[in-house]
Amino acid sequence: MDPILIKHVREPNAFTLDFYVQHEGYDALKKALAHRPDQIIDMVKASGLRGRGGAGFPTGMKWQFVDKKIEPRYLACNADESEPGTFKDHLLMERNPHLLIEGCAIGCYAIGARIAYIYIRGEFLHVQHVLERAIDEAYARGFLGRNILGSGFDCDVYVHRGAGAYEAGEETALLESLEGKRAQPRNKPPFPALVGLYGKPTAVNNVETLCNVPLIVAKGAEWYAALGPEKNGGPKLYCVSGHVRRPGVYEASMSITLRELIDGYAGGVREGRTLKAVIPGGSSVPILLPSQLDTQASFDAIQKAGSLLGSAAIVVLDDTTCMVWLAENLLHFYRHESCGKCTPCREGTDWLYKILHRIEQGDGQPRDLEVLQNVSGNIAGKTLCAFGDAAVTPVLTTLKHFRHEYEAHITERRCTLPAAWRARQPVGAH
Amino acid sequence: MSFHPKMAYDATFHRSERKLEDEGPPFVYTPENRARFDELVKRYPPDRRRSAVLPALYLAQSQQGYISANAIRHCAELLGITRADVEDVVSFYTMFYTRPVGKYVVQVCRTLSCALNGAERVTEELVAKLGLEPGTTDPTGTFTLVEVECLGACDRAPVVMVNDAWHECLKPEEAANLIDDLRVRGEAAVSGCHHAVEAGNR
Ligand SMILES: Cc1cc2nc3c(=O)[nH]c(=O)nc-3n(C[C@H](O)[C@H](O)[C@H](O)COP(=O)(O)O)c2cc1C
Ligand code: SF4
Ligand code: FES
Repeated sequence: MDPILIKHVREPNAFTLDFYVQHEGYDALKKALAHRPDQIIDMVKASGLRGRGGAGFPTGMKWQFVDKKIEPRYLACNADESEPGTFKDHLLMERNPHLLIEGCAIGCYAIGARIAYIYIRGEFLHVQHVLERAIDEAYARGFLGRNILGSGFDCDVYVHRGAGAYEAGEETALLESLEGKRAQPRNKPPFPALVGLYGKPTAVNNVETLCNVPLIVAKGAEWYAALGPEKNGGPKLYCVSGHVRRPGVYEASMSITLRELIDGYAGGVREGRTLKAVIPGGSSVPILLPSQLDTQASFDAIQKAGSLLGSAAIVVLDDTTCMVWLAENLLHFYRHESCGKCTPCREGTDWLYKILHRIEQGDGQPRDLEVLQNVSGNIAGKTLCAFGDAAVTPVLTTLKHFRHEYEAHITERRCTLPAAWRARQPVGAH
Repeated sequence: MSFHPKMAYDATFHRSERKLEDEGPPFVYTPENRARFDELVKRYPPDRRRSAVLPALYLAQSQQGYISANAIRHCAELLGITRADVEDVVSFYTMFYTRPVGKYVVQVCRTLSCALNGAERVTEELVAKLGLEPGTTDPTGTFTLVEVECLGACDRAPVVMVNDAWHECLKPEEAANLIDDLRVRGEAAVSGCHHAVEAGNR
C-alpha cells in the first residue's frame, strides 16, 4: 500500500494550506457538508474505522453514542501522545496539520458540535505552533469559523496545551484537564459520549483517527475498508523504535506482518545482533517473541497472538537487552506518571519499581519474584482506569517469558546482561 | 507526584515541589500577557473560565521563569477560582517550575526507546560535564539538569529538550559539546525537530 496519511510529509510545504488545497485538501469537508450529519456517521461506521489511540474502538459507533438531544456537544481531539514508543501524531500534526483540522471539522459536523479542542501535550510546543498557524489559515479561507463554505455550519477549533502528564491521555482525565483541573480520570460509566466536557456529550478521538475521516468521506467507506483485512481497514501508522537500523513512522495496511515492518521498513536489528523480543503496541502491552514475528500487525491478529496493537508503537529489543532492566525502566515511568487517584496504582507502582530496582542492582531476594507477582495482582483490574493494568504488564510479561533472567540476577547478585549502551555508573539511582 | 511524607517518592526531580512560604516577588501580568490572557479565556464558555488555568500558568511562567505563590494568587483572581484550586493544578503537572530554574533547563528523556539508544550514558556525560545531579541547578543559575519521561520522538533517540526546544539523536559523546555550544550560541545550539529540518522547514 502506498502511503496516504503521510504521503507528502517530506515535501517542504506540506504543512501549508496552499499545498493541502492543491492536493484535494478540504474536498472531503465540502462533500461532507452536502450530506446530513447522520449520513457521515453511517459512512464512518461502514468504513469500520477503529480508534487509533489505543483501544481500537469503532469510531462510528462512538459518534453514534454521542447524545444528540443535549446541546452543546463537543469534540475533543486527543493529541497527548505520551505512550512510550509512540510518535505518529507528532509527525501528522507537524507535517500534515490541515488533515487533522479537516477531520476535526467533519467530526464536529457529524456529531453536531460547534467546538473542537485539540488537547496537545505540553512538550509539543513546536508542533503546536505549526498547528495554530494552520488553524489561522483555515479560518482565513473560510474552512473554519462562521457559515463554513456557505453551508450554515459553524465550527471553531482551539488548541489546548497540556503541561506534562501521561495520564492526561486517558479520555476522562483529558476532559478534567480541559476543565482546568488535575488530569485524574472520572468513573466510567457514564462515558464521555453522554457526560463529557462540562458535563455535555463529547466525542474523544485520537489525532490519527480523525485524520482518517477525510479519507473515508472523500473516497468512500468501501474503498477504505478494502485497504486492510476484515475489521482492520484503512491505512495505519506504525512507530518503530528501539534497536533497529531505521527507526521511524511507517504507513502500511494492517495486512502487513511484524516481520515486514521490522526487517523490511525499519531495516532489522543492527549488525551482529539478533532479535530478542518485540513490544508491539507501546509500553503497556505484553511482549511478543521472535517466533511470533509473522503475526499480522492488525488489532485482531496481535490480540490473538496474546498482545495488543495499542498505539502501534513497536519497540524492538535486541539480544543486549536485560529484561529486568527493561521492567525497571518502564516501572520508573509508571511510578512517575501514576495520577495518584487510586491506592493500588499509586502505592503499587512505587513498590514494583523499588523491588525491580533492587533486583537490577544485585540486591534481590528469592522471594522478590513472588512479591512482584503478588503486588501486580493487587493492581491489575482493581483500579479506576486502565493505567493500572498497563503498569503491571511489563512486570508480568517479563516474568512470564524471562523468569530465568530474574533468577540469575538474584543468585549472582548482579545484572547478568550489562549492555555497553547503558550507564557505567547507574545514574539517578534511587 | 509526592504522596506520602515518609516515602521517598520524590527521588527523581519533581518540578512541582514548592515551599509554601516562597511568595516570590509581587506579581501581575505585563499588559501584553494580560491582553493574551483575555484573548485565551474567550476560547472557553464564559462560565468555564477555569479551563484557562494551564494557559494562564504558562503565561505566568514565561513572564517570571517559575510559578510563585504570588503568581498563583494573580491567576486565581483572574480565573475566579481559589488559590488552592490553582495550586492543586500547579503541583500536579510536571512542566510548571515552582522555584527558579537555570537559564537552560536540560531535560533528558530516560524512557525505554531513548534508554535503548544510550540515554543513560547521555545523562552520565551531562552529570560529569555540569557537575550536577539530575534535578539540580548550578550555582550560577545557568543550567538545570532533569530526567524526563518519553517525549514522543522515540525514533530520534536519545532526545533532549532544552527549555522548549528539542535536540534529537544526541550521542553520549556529543553531550558535553552541546553544553559548550549552549554557553556560546544559546538556544541556537539545539538542532530542533528533525521532521521540520528534513523537509527544509526552518
Ligand atoms: C493511561 C492511558 C493513557 C492514554 N494515552 C493516550 C494518548 O496519549 N493518546 C491517545 O490518543 N489516547 C490515549 N489513551 C486512550 C484514550 O483514553 C482514548 O481511548 C482515546 O483517546 C480514544 O480515541 P480513539 O477512539 O480515537 O482511539 C490513553 C488511555 C489510557 C488508559
Ligand atoms: S489507575 Fe493509576 S492512573 Fe488510573 S486513576 Fe488510578 S491512580 Fe490514576
Ligand atoms: S523514549 Fe525518549 S522520546 Fe520516547
